[in-house]
Amino acid sequence: MASEHTVKAFDSDLQELTRLVAEMGGLAERLIVDSVDALVRRDIALGERVIAADGEIDNLQRLIEERAVLTIARRQPMAVDLREIVGAMRVATDLERIGDLAKNIGKRVAALESDFHPLKLIRGLEHMTDLVQSQVKSVLDAYAAHDLPAAMTVWKSDEEVDAICTSLFRELLTYMMEDPRNISFCIHLMFCAKNIERIGDHATNIAETVFYMIEGQQMVDKRPKGDMTSFAVTAPGN
Amino acid sequence: MTDMSVSVSSPAGAIPNKSLPDAPAKVTVRNLNFYYGDHHALKNINLSLGTNRVTAFIGPSGCGKSTLLRIFNRMYDLYPGQRAEGQLMLDKTDILDPKLDLNLLRARVGMVFQKPTPFPMTIYENIAFGIRLYEKISKSEMDDRVEKALRGGALWNEVKDKLNASGLSLSGGQQQRLCIARTVAVRPEVILFDEPCSALDPISTAKVEELIQELSENYTIAIVTHNMQQAARVSDKTAFMYLGELIEFDDTSKIFTSPSDRRTQDYITGRFG
Repeated sequence: MASEHTVKAFDSDLQELTRLVAEMGGLAERLIVDSVDALVRRDIALGERVIAADGEIDNLQRLIEERAVLTIARRQPMAVDLREIVGAMRVATDLERIGDLAKNIGKRVAALESDFHPLKLIRGLEHMTDLVQSQVKSVLDAYAAHDLPAAMTVWKSDEEVDAICTSLFRELLTYMMEDPRNISFCIHLMFCAKNIERIGDHATNIAETVFYMIEGQQMVDKRPKGDMTSFAVTAPGN
Repeated sequence: MTDMSVSVSSPAGAIPNKSLPDAPAKVTVRNLNFYYGDHHALKNINLSLGTNRVTAFIGPSGCGKSTLLRIFNRMYDLYPGQRAEGQLMLDKTDILDPKLDLNLLRARVGMVFQKPTPFPMTIYENIAFGIRLYEKISKSEMDDRVEKALRGGALWNEVKDKLNASGLSLSGGQQQRLCIARTVAVRPEVILFDEPCSALDPISTAKVEELIQELSENYTIAIVTHNMQQAARVSDKTAFMYLGELIEFDDTSKIFTSPSDRRTQDYITGRFG
């Protein structure tokens, strides 16, 4: 960031915002991992802890928004400062959504009653989660360090997540066709996979915010996308 | 690492800032230098004021923005030892031409100052006085012109029943709008505002800002202000000056969201000194 403001309190306002976003980011990352852990291990208690922890993330988002609005009202920020504050608000909104998506996975843990537990699918989901979690981590680091190339790397690497998600969808469809008793489980797993994929999208949103904060302009390039789940079909009899 | 050429190195992936189409130049400044005796106050200034656009000049005290404004209507001629070099054109008129009729120039380029300066006469006479200097018109025509000017200054409704009251009896904000009306009355082409709101309360400031917006439909406007939010609100283009140099001149939306020069950024974000 640039040198210090003549009004020192302005610097501490901005630092406090960045610190709150970092704190929120740390919580969100943990929630992603915990929610999928709970799912894989069928750990209902952990799932419930995830649901409860999402409340903390929501509180932090409200706090960040209040601080940001107060700073705008008090300091009338311009240029890089204004973008910094708008950026913090936008990142907080994405992190709040990430928290919601993780919470949704946590809720589904209790609903998975069947013994059906296809390991391959679970590994696929875990792998996807690892990727997404590392993307969220990288993009939050890029946000904190104002590192544009790092943010752009995240922005461009969402394709792999999309590809895994699409292949998971296809596979889940085949399981459902094989045996209707699998449907309930597979539908839940499908939503979980979609949630993880959406979390990846939020990571790319954050990358776009980093671009805006540094370049002062919005990104309009189309991101490479590999999510074909909207078109996933498996013909009967396959 | 993946290819990042699209978005990182060039802003090709970014939405361009929308701005008004460039207006034809009303005032053109080329290689302008200005001296207070030995002091080189303005260094090689190049810019133009677009027709019917508002151009704001910002910068720390002593950066030369007021000096530049005072050259636009040769105000500096009133003081010995001050001289301007370079080219300064108002359409096809050379403003720096020593043979130029300064009264005519100042009718074409009006100025509103920091402190309201109504003449110690009636509200009506404050307006009529300037018009009489340039035109001989009948009483009814004059009534008409005074009303139009006061309407132009967004003051008519407040003073129409007391046109014979002294201009000095008005509030500070009203006095400033009276000065704007007085300037508009002689039908100038360019209006210069030198910190027009620095002595006004927020409501009066808002009224003057609103007025500046309205006036920009018919006049070319230059405004010097220390209030950055004001520059951001009222102007189409903004010039940032520092130590007698023009550092950056661009669309206001660009200057206040993502200026190109580090010094501009430091100034508008309050990181100077």
